[in-house]
Amino acid sequence: MVTLTAPETTAPEPVTDAPAVVDLADAPVRGLNQALHDAVDGQSWTVTNPGGKHSLAVGINADVVVTIEGHAGYYAAGMHQKGTVTVNGNAGVGLAENIMSGRVRVTGDASQSAAATGHGGLVVIDGNAGARCGISMKGVDIVVGGNIGHMSAFMAQAGRLVVCGDAGDALGDSIYEARIYVKGTVASLGADCIEKPLREEHLAELAELLAAAGRTDNPADFKRYGSARNLYHFHVDNSTAY
Amino acid sequence: MCGIAALQLRNPSLYPKMGSLLSSMLCQIVDRGPDSAGLAVYNTPGLVSPGTSTLSLLGRDQGMPTPAITEGVAGLLAGVLPADAGVSVQVVGDTTLVGAAVGTDLLVKAVTETLPAATVIGRGEHVAVMKSVGHPMEIAAEHGLEAMAGSQGLSHTRMATESAVTAGGSHPFSVADDLCLVHNGSFSNHATVRRDLKREGVVFDSENDTEVGARYVASRLQQGDTLEEALVNLGKVLDGFYTLVVTTADSMAVVRDPIACKPAIIAETEDYVAMASEYRALAALPGIDNARIFEPEPGKVYTWSL
Repeated sequence: MVTLTAPETTAPEPVTDAPAVVDLADAPVRGLNQALHDAVDGQSWTVTNPGGKHSLAVGINADVVVTIEGHAGYYAAGMHQKGTVTVNGNAGVGLAENIMSGRVRVTGDASQSAAATGHGGLVVIDGNAGARCGISMKGVDIVVGGNIGHMSAFMAQAGRLVVCGDAGDALGDSIYEARIYVKGTVASLGADCIEKPLREEHLAELAELLAAAGRTDNPADFKRYGSARNLYHFHVDNSTAY
Repeated sequence: MCGIAALQLRNPSLYPKMGSLLSSMLCQIVDRGPDSAGLAVYNTPGLVSPGTSTLSLLGRDQGMPTPAITEGVAGLLAGVLPADAGVSVQVVGDTTLVGAAVGTDLLVKAVTETLPAATVIGRGEHVAVMKSVGHPMEIAAEHGLEAMAGSQGLSHTRMATESAVTAGGSHPFSVADDLCLVHNGSFSNHATVRRDLKREGVVFDSENDTEVGARYVASRLQQGDTLEEALVNLGKVLDGFYTLVVTTADSMAVVRDPIACKPAIIAETEDYVAMASEYRALAALPGIDNARIFEPEPGKVYTWSL
């Protein structure tokens, strides 16, 4: 079944009809994205045969529910503003890049730079995330069920990154702020990223994030990492280092 | 940016479909490198045959009138090779394939002596290498990839950065018997490594950075490294961005640089191992829904043997 036109758009209350189905074996990605841009709150969509195509469900600005049945390519759910996108499969480079709000979930693995520069919202990756997860994150919350690759949360400015597996090298390098929670091992910490005490308020926010991601991990099993704040200001002692 | 698609078939019943499967993968990486492309196919009936050395030569004229090329080249080579060498010459797309029942070194020597305009782009008993400038799918069609059988296939679409867009600068680089290497990325210290290899007596065909990687791997293999060891050593010597796929008569290897700047994804089933720059190139493979799909880790060498 191929449906490219948006479902009924005049209903004042949330639409409860069955999801519109877009089969990307036949329909173009551009048509899917245009239909999603034209959508109104309450609509839902199912995307079949994504075949790793790029830029699926990008720039959504309505409270819609989109389910992608299969693997997505680069920049899936990029610039996400509202609503929920679920990828029942893996996602390529730049998942939910620059997400502003709303929710994006991947049931498999995500490649490099997941949730890069995200300003808000929640990104859940049930499997592993590649390198540079949460690079330059600016307020997004990220929960990864598995491991994350190297240089994750590089230059992170705000938001929370929760890792239920292990973290690769140089975690949180040159971090400004943002709180990082890792349950497993950390291969190495980046410049100015240190382990910090896990206080009550951190256990509480971690419990909330894990619950939001549908996970049952015990918050007490995690360690917290964040900025030592030693790179905020120029130190004259370092003047000869450049 | 360049595109890579490679396929090693574990199940011989898929051999007849090698070309069509590789073609479907190649189609999805065209966007990554539309200026030129290359193919390497292993154990393809009609192109190579057991007990015979095959050289792949760039272009279809070899400095002589096109209609007469096959007889002309065969005659020249027969004049310098043993009488029982059984010289065969055929033109496939934009590539000339020369076969003879002699060692590859002797066949290369004969070609160099008799066809001074020829450029050898592939050599060995099992591999045929084809490359050209233009749209990758047109290149594949001209060479008849779709209909080719085989045990392994390697394809590359190039977006040239380090050297000119020429057929000779296309990948794969095949510089030792049945050895092919393709590269997405760029080596930053290739000039230094090239000088070092030249001092060891290695001769280069092009100014291309990837050829340095291929010559380095060939040199290490010649010195006794396994394929895995050669690629570990490459990581110590060559600096830059790279995802590499290297194939031999019976093996395939994948390695990414330690920073993992360039993409790679692998799908493994009982029937095949497939590697591509992007998942979409794997999406049409049979049984992909049940394949083990993963991204190779930075700096780790993966090898598979038939």
